[in-house]
Amino acid sequence: MRPFDYTRAETVREAVAALVANPEAQLLAGGTNLVDLMKYEVAHPAAIIDINHLPLRQIEELADGSLRIGALVSNAAVAYDSRVKERYPLLASAILAGASPQLRNAATTGGNLLQRTRCYYFYDPSSPCNKREPGSGCSAIGGVNRIHAILGASDKCIAVHPSDMCVALAALAATVEVEGPEGRRYIPFAEFHRLPGDHPERDNTLAPGEMVLAVRLEGNHFVPHHSYLKLRDRLSFAFALVSVAAAMDIADGEIVDLRVALGGVAHMPWRDSLAEAEFAGAPPTEETFRKVAVRLLAGAKGQGGNDFKIPLAHRAIVRALSQAAAGTPQDQTVKAFQ
Amino acid sequence: METGASHSLPSIPVTLTVNGERHRFELHPWVTLLDLLRGPLQLTGTKKGCDQGQCGACTVLIDGERINSCLKLAVSVDGAEITTVEGLGTPENMHPLQKAFLEHDAYQCGYCTPGQICSAAGLLAEGHAHSRADIRELMSGNLCRCGAYTNIADAVEEVMGNQAVLREAAE
Repeated sequence: MRPFDYTRAETVREAVAALVANPEAQLLAGGTNLVDLMKYEVAHPAAIIDINHLPLRQIEELADGSLRIGALVSNAAVAYDSRVKERYPLLASAILAGASPQLRNAATTGGNLLQRTRCYYFYDPSSPCNKREPGSGCSAIGGVNRIHAILGASDKCIAVHPSDMCVALAALAATVEVEGPEGRRYIPFAEFHRLPGDHPERDNTLAPGEMVLAVRLEGNHFVPHHSYLKLRDRLSFAFALVSVAAAMDIADGEIVDLRVALGGVAHMPWRDSLAEAEFAGAPPTEETFRKVAVRLLAGAKGQGGNDFKIPLAHRAIVRALSQAAAGTPQDQTVKAFQ
Repeated sequence: METGASHSLPSIPVTLTVNGERHRFELHPWVTLLDLLRGPLQLTGTKKGCDQGQCGACTVLIDGERINSCLKLAVSVDGAEITTVEGLGTPENMHPLQKAFLEHDAYQCGYCTPGQICSAAGLLAEGHAHSRADIRELMSGNLCRCGAYTNIADAVEEVMGNQAVLREAAE
């Protein structure tokens, strides 16, 4: 790890001011991703602003009935919170599908949103990588790309976002509360992460000097019908090859509201709300779900090593939606299919 | 206590309670909790396996919660209470998990064992495991390259099932 300057922020205002004053600085929360990246010298910030003392560790109920999860609330604290389990079981399930108990105890909500790709070339400073070093090229295109994107990739980058939690937050249409030099703003989850395009070095739409304060969740009708299905190389403690956050509201035998977000397939949690809307009024049957999968994967493109992800994603979408419709969400302990 | 060579580099005052003993340090900010424990504090029970948060050998308890000490900058846990495998029990007065690991032969080479035991202590305190399947899933952050998983699960299951033993240890 390279030496860096270290300061502790005691207030959000102080943290933002420090970020503005030093664009080379990075915020430190749980450290589970940043410290790892610093050891690999993928990240080598000139300064670290420790935000662990900021008052962002609460899960609060707001007057409008929504839940506000502070940026420093650990992944474990979110997953095991009784309100989250009751009202957003899809989120609890997705979090418990990810990482390990030790990492979930340390990793924070804000940090989960900001975690970086697990692309092997990004992690290897001796390989060209446009995300790590803009303009150097993409080693994954034409290289080993088993874990890479099938949707929304560019000719500059085919990396995927590694989060499970964010896939559920995308399906639940969460809002990200951020604070910056211009004040506070609220970013719809679908607009928080971005596709690589010509600037894969940018994972999200935060402006310089902005930091995440909280994630907000509104009320929803998806408790009876949801499932988080994660497919990976080993059953625990592995990143998703493909994951699906499925949720639906069913009334009188028809789908009223459909939500499908995909993980492991794109530079951001992949959700297509226009496609979802086309299935309003359809019966919640396997035939419908096959059509949903075809529709969502219409633009999918393999890179060679990851071609298998396209049929895998198709089957995972059908399976997760079937589980959600049947009210039998995927168990994250006993991972046999139901 | 001073760690690192150069005085021109920043050092930060940090206070930690480790296994019940309070320590004051002046630390470079890039010193991980793992390196602090194994170096200056000579608590070498905690092991450095992958040093990347992937194996769990460095698991310790911070304020009662199990975490990977390799990914924690020591300066970021100023004021915390740390428990390592040395703080759980001694050869003369073993923690129930340490006894159970011995009785169930829950290791071969032993390198992952301190992390396994600290992780299991965290698991029991969390209270989310109610079955053997839960134990296996919630111990998945600790890899054992000897493959002693069956016996590790046996050991944890025995202690989990014996709430009386656990309560006694907590007193």
